[in-house]
Amino acid sequence: MNTQSIFEARHVSKQYAGHVALSDVSITVPEGTIFGLLGPNGAGKTSLIRIINQITAPDEGDLLFAGQRLSQEHLQQIGYLPEERGLYKKMKVGEQALYLCQLKGLSKKDAMQKLKYWFEKFEIQSWWGKKVEELSKGMAQKVQFIVTVLHEPRLLILDEPFSGFDPINTNLIKSEILELKKKGTTIIFSTHNMGSVEELCDHIALINHSRVILDGQVGEIRNRFRSDTYKIDFKGSMMQLGASLGTYGELLSHGPEGDHMDATVKLVNGATTNQLLGNIMRSVEIRGFNEVIPSMNDIFIQAVERYNKEQKAA
Amino acid sequence: MNKIGLIIQREYLTRVRKKSFIIMTILGPVLMAALFIVPIWLAMNEDDEANILVIDDSFLFTERLTDTDNIHFSFPQASLDSAKNSVLASDDYDAVLYIHREILSTPQGIQLIYDKQPGINVIRYIENTISNDLEKWKLAKSGIDQATIEAAKTNIKLVTKKLDEVGSESKSNTELSMIVGMFSGILIYMFIFLYGVQVMRGVIEEKTNRIIEVIISSVKPFELMMGKIIGIALVGLTQFLLWIVLSSTLISVSRTLVEQHFQKEVPGTNLEQVMSSSQTLAPELEEAQEAELNQEAINELMASINTIDFPVILGSFLFYFLGGYLIYSALFAAVGSAVDNEADTQQFMLPITIPIIFSFVMAQVVINNPESPMSFWLSIIPFTSPIIMMVRIPFGVPYWELGLSMALLVLGFVGTTWVAGRIYRTGILMYGKKISYKELWKWLRYH
Repeated sequence: MNTQSIFEARHVSKQYAGHVALSDVSITVPEGTIFGLLGPNGAGKTSLIRIINQITAPDEGDLLFAGQRLSQEHLQQIGYLPEERGLYKKMKVGEQALYLCQLKGLSKKDAMQKLKYWFEKFEIQSWWGKKVEELSKGMAQKVQFIVTVLHEPRLLILDEPFSGFDPINTNLIKSEILELKKKGTTIIFSTHNMGSVEELCDHIALINHSRVILDGQVGEIRNRFRSDTYKIDFKGSMMQLGASLGTYGELLSHGPEGDHMDATVKLVNGATTNQLLGNIMRSVEIRGFNEVIPSMNDIFIQAVERYNKEQKAA
Repeated sequence: MNKIGLIIQREYLTRVRKKSFIIMTILGPVLMAALFIVPIWLAMNEDDEANILVIDDSFLFTERLTDTDNIHFSFPQASLDSAKNSVLASDDYDAVLYIHREILSTPQGIQLIYDKQPGINVIRYIENTISNDLEKWKLAKSGIDQATIEAAKTNIKLVTKKLDEVGSESKSNTELSMIVGMFSGILIYMFIFLYGVQVMRGVIEEKTNRIIEVIISSVKPFELMMGKIIGIALVGLTQFLLWIVLSSTLISVSRTLVEQHFQKEVPGTNLEQVMSSSQTLAPELEEAQEAELNQEAINELMASINTIDFPVILGSFLFYFLGGYLIYSALFAAVGSAVDNEADTQQFMLPITIPIIFSFVMAQVVINNPESPMSFWLSIIPFTSPIIMMVRIPFGVPYWELGLSMALLVLGFVGTTWVAGRIYRTGILMYGKKISYKELWKWLRYH
């Protein structure tokens, strides 16, 4: 993987009258990756995105685009799909798409050619002469997605890209995102949908109360949140299993009694899986033994709650 | 810069292609033409036929009231009551005019008793004729004869001349200056309002559509705002030019049509006669004199039209037309950016509309006294100068005043645009918040 960063924020702070939107935020987005920007509502994600798009300027801190100081010229290399999106209702689809692409610096001829390609790809040629108000919400979103990626930006910022799409179109957009990544596009992906984070993201940064409280590679973070917890499928009785754990493990939860049972066990006192297995295999018949890896959803909740608790204590 | 061009192009094309623009462009001149044609048409089609029975107890007017094209008098030998009855009984007569015996000493109390309301022209004609005749009777009674009266009649037309610095006099025409000044003032007033509000609507549209965020991730908010303002200014200019072209053709075409119609259908009558039909028929001599006077007036008008500095007026009209729009439209854009929908604009509109309406009201004062200190100051201050200066210019304004006023207007425009730009770029991203003036002040000071 290319380790050069496409975007870097160093100690960025932004304050609006009366409230802090970002404080001392530093993130590094490696080129060619999908970077998840996560956080509860009002945490400061949109503020950060607007700063990257140079819609607003930070009070403090430095911004770098591919190693250079971020400037207006970089806007042509950035594509942005905001969460609250819309088009001119009275304008025709084709004309509008052409206009928005030209604003991104494409020549009319180029824009026309590429629009044709995308409209054919999404099979929406017949919408060209329609007014936007005649389209459904999902249809308008598709048009907007095309307009966002058409100028082949190096950095694509998608804010909740799946909201408003049905499952079929969600899949279509997902595969487009993966294809863009394959072509080398870096994507900053802001969402609440943790399922799609696991599916798509390589890196994440979690923002809470205007600060980055967690960031890094998804695999590495999940490792960090591993808690030596294992799920055991077995045949036998719960009593036998419980008794066999000894000082190696602690029973966290278990399923109902029956032919096949399962229990979640956490290793304690620095025990290894082998020690634990050695003990319990003498009492019950083991059918499965797997490490429980925390989902992004769990990590999100854990990290946010832990941070909030610490803040309260302080 | 290229992007501003794109924005201007979009703002211009979407508006010019709208049905409402096309309708307004056609309707405007039609309305203007109607303003000229309808009164003439009404005067032409006045079929206010009135047959009046005259019961004249004074015997001063019997057989002396002359008929016109549509007013006919008859003088029956009957009592007032039987005359009333015949008005009621038959459709041949519409009213009874009753003149009492002592009319010379007590001129009040002449009655017109009708069953069908006679038109204002009929009443006016009767009044004029009777009072004219009474005057003549009274004058004759005191020994002044007709010839003396005619000889005493004098018409006055004041010749006004402007004395300029060099000491030479040039003929001026105050009425013409007033008309030109007021007309341009009104046009500028309308332009500021019509198109300023369009700027505001455009901003609100982008905000409620939520397309704003996409656009300002490609261009600077200030570029978007300026693109919109300039695009709409071009729409206004286009409409204005089309109006001038269309209405001048309409007016000239309709005028020739009307004149042809008259010469063909009603020989012997022409427009002027129809227009003056409500006046008493003047003796030949008076008519000739009047015609002479009219001719003189026309000559004078032509002369004063020549003295009016049209290049200066036209040039400064264009300048103030655009300048007035620009200085206000940026503020309209700021208002649009601060609200979520048009209903919320009221509270912020007031400080913008007050100076515009104030200048419009003051224009009628300034026009009567274009050289007063107040007129001077109002035509210098940028917020009132577009309307007030335009009212003053036809009367002649020293070049240094014009220059100062224009320079200040440009400065004012830069100033309001700067202020508006700062409010705009924060406002367009604010949703669901009731904005106060205090809040706007804070936005102004963000960096």
